Amino acid sequence: MAINTTLDALSDMTFGGAAAAYTVALVCTAVEFASHRTAPAAVADRQLVTAGALTRDGTPTGVPIVPTAGTVGGLTRIGHITTPERTAKPWGALFGRAGLAVTVLGFAAHLVSVVSRGFAAGRLPLGNLYEFTSLICATVIASWLVLRLRQQAVVIGVFVLTPVTLLMLVNGTLLHVPAAELQPALNSYWKWIHVTTVSLSSGVLMFSGIAALLYVVRARWEGRGSRPSLWAKLPDLPTLDRISYRTAILAFPVYTFAVIAGALWAEVAWGRYWNWDPKETCAFITWVIYAGYLHARATAGWRGSKAAWISVVGLASIVFNLFFVNMVIAGLHSYA
Amino acid sequence: MSRRDSTHLRPDDEVDGALERATPHRWIAALGRNLWRQLTSMRVALILLFLLALASLPGALLPQWNVNQVKTAQFIVDHPTVGPVLNALGFFGVFGSPWYAAIYLALFTSLIGCLIPRSADFVRALRAEPVPTPRNLGRLPHHAVLTSDETPDAAAGRLTGTLSGWRKARRVEAGGTVTISAEKGFVREVGNLLFHFSLLGLLGAIAVGKMIGFEATVVVTEGGGFCSGSPSVYDTFRPGLLLDGTELAPFCVDVDSFRATYTDAGQATDFVAAIRYQAGTGAADGSGQWTSADLRVNDPLRISGERVYLLGHGYAPNFEVRFPNGEVRSGSQVFEPSGTNLLSEGVVKFLDPPGYTGAAVRQHQLALQGLFAPTAAVAHGLLTSVFPAPNTPGVAIQAYRGDLGMEDGLSQSIFRLDQRQIDSGALTKLIRANLLVGESMTLDDGTVVTFTGYQQWVQLQTSYDPAQGWALVFAVTLLIGLMLSLTVKRRRIWFRITPTSVTDTLATGCRIEVGGLARTDQAGYGEEFARLVERAASPTVGSRRPSTS
Repeated sequence: MAINTTLDALSDMTFGGAAAAYTVALVCTAVEFASHRTAPAAVADRQLVTAGALTRDGTPTGVPIVPTAGTVGGLTRIGHITTPERTAKPWGALFGRAGLAVTVLGFAAHLVSVVSRGFAAGRLPLGNLYEFTSLICATVIASWLVLRLRQQAVVIGVFVLTPVTLLMLVNGTLLHVPAAELQPALNSYWKWIHVTTVSLSSGVLMFSGIAALLYVVRARWEGRGSRPSLWAKLPDLPTLDRISYRTAILAFPVYTFAVIAGALWAEVAWGRYWNWDPKETCAFITWVIYAGYLHARATAGWRGSKAAWISVVGLASIVFNLFFVNMVIAGLHSYA
Repeated sequence: MSRRDSTHLRPDDEVDGALERATPHRWIAALGRNLWRQLTSMRVALILLFLLALASLPGALLPQWNVNQVKTAQFIVDHPTVGPVLNALGFFGVFGSPWYAAIYLALFTSLIGCLIPRSADFVRALRAEPVPTPRNLGRLPHHAVLTSDETPDAAAGRLTGTLSGWRKARRVEAGGTVTISAEKGFVREVGNLLFHFSLLGLLGAIAVGKMIGFEATVVVTEGGGFCSGSPSVYDTFRPGLLLDGTELAPFCVDVDSFRATYTDAGQATDFVAAIRYQAGTGAADGSGQWTSADLRVNDPLRISGERVYLLGHGYAPNFEVRFPNGEVRSGSQVFEPSGTNLLSEGVVKFLDPPGYTGAAVRQHQLALQGLFAPTAAVAHGLLTSVFPAPNTPGVAIQAYRGDLGMEDGLSQSIFRLDQRQIDSGALTKLIRANLLVGESMTLDDGTVVTFTGYQQWVQLQTSYDPAQGWALVFAVTLLIGLMLSLTVKRRRIWFRITPTSVTDTLATGCRIEVGGLARTDQAGYGEEFARLVERAASPTVGSRRPSTS
């Protein structure tokens, strides 16, 4: 099938538009974060908030801003956790909303870019590293948008948009290749199943890893005595932990499925379901790390910072596997 | 994984202690028990898990023998100091190395040590009644109070009815108070156990595959074929540890033709080998029926448990040689793709030149070494290939005459000449020429070499792994177990139904206090708890809003 150059050009244009929008949104969310009010350090045993224990929850150590009687309405629910509402200053909130709007626009352009690329090449737009990275960026953005629309009090947009924007720029400049047809080895319906699930789960796991990274940063800041700092503006630890955990348990089974689908495809294409190809080995390592994270989070003495660190290592492993393995180490997966 | 309390002493331990106090046996037993408890503790399991990830890392970063032998050998040559050391330590075969096996065996031992008591706990929990209602339900994360004009017994009966799907226990406390304990979400633990047992099953399936499976490759040119049945028909044969190669299922494959399709830019879009095959007893004695099939990338042939894959392809140039005595011989050899657009290299050897006898044969062996280009272009005398399809095939051939060194007992590459024979002068370099199909070159003794055309060859792989179906089954149960254990919540709800003081009203009534607790992840239980409380409130029941945080 011939390549449709008009659609290919549209895809490139909208990709550029999305990258530009994310850059603008990055600035907006940075302003929003900077203007955001400080979140108090988490109180010990915050997770066991009970109806009869509002006072314990409501009087965190040393921070006198939290409600006394009759302020139940002033509490924001995040899952089961109650967190004192922390609204940005009015102009900061304005920037936050602008950032959100621009991100939504950019995300729409991004989707157009992915879809038109697929139509330009007459196939699923996951045939090389450029297309793959583009979808992962879109997934990270989507994860943040979902969180942001559900929980406006969680101001972490700038930390999501910064790596995504960087990745978009690298992708658009260094990794970009014109739309082309697939090599026969990739011409299988397994590709559709395997690569789609890998990209989506990797994107969500990256988002989870960002939240874990923020947890580690915030935990260190709290560990050093919670002195006034920019880090004080991060969401509190239970919130970050919850975001990281919820996204991880959402993405981990999908990632597991993707690896299994990859093994099924390998059986069809390479003659063996597992080849210890560098990419497979790294996928295995990533899987083991996240399995460790889930166990650690359920084990006394490993909850909190230790588990968050494991998730950060998982993030590093995913990034390493997605980019470094493809670009540096040649293996069976070296298609792009 | 293990939730055993290390302070827990079983009764028989105490008996042992009384009888064998202070004996060495006792000491060794205690040491063993402590080691076992350490190994099956979650902390050690986590450390082993990370050790496993860490130990896998060299498998991704360093070239591996089982993935790419050429690259691995090159790496060792390029790093003369660390290369041999790493090789000796097994860093180029991580997944078969003893230290890697030690880690995963320790991990799986720890896993088994966890799973057994945990399964027993689970069976016990399944049989046990739901725990009694706590004294103070107001302290639980989820709490609500309802009132009703029913008698406690009637209310308890009605509430039990609203709890379909829950495991329930009804108890009576002093003063006519009735309590209901209910719990749900045992599927979480089912999923958890399923996940971990599936891991064991998966490891077993992989091990069985490594024991009794095999992989073999063979190169077949168009018009040729092979019959599996003995390892000797294959170019490479990698048997499992318990396989000696004498019991291969017989089947035959003939390759009629191979076709590759390319875009204008020279990118391949499709490879297809037209084959015929027969399997079973017919293949063994040659009486079977041939079945035609197309073999493609991503579409193996599956016959009697074995799979045949199309792995690679290339060209084999044909030559015709008219020797000085007038005799004509033709020769063809598989050339190895080594450059862009399938520029391939190799050598055609004529070991038995006609017209010579005795020792003279070995002095007049002929070799045609060089390059094959499917679409030839010559720039500055050098042959290149400008397209991978065979549009204008050409060769660049260097002729050699002399002793090819085939009788010295050492194996030779079919793609190369023995360089030692050239260096020692046993092989004489003759002329070289670039030839298109039909063109010839004449050697110094009048021998005429004609490039007559080409055939295509395919590399086929036969794979046999009888346990791979089991690996898939365990992978699927693993995934199901994982999803159950991550999504299902183990949760409890309690009702305490106290008769209302009769002095309030004339009618009898009761006060229903509800408490809820999710044992694993609290999130999401609030909504369900609210629903349950709503259902618990009958139309005649006055209620206070559940206070759930």
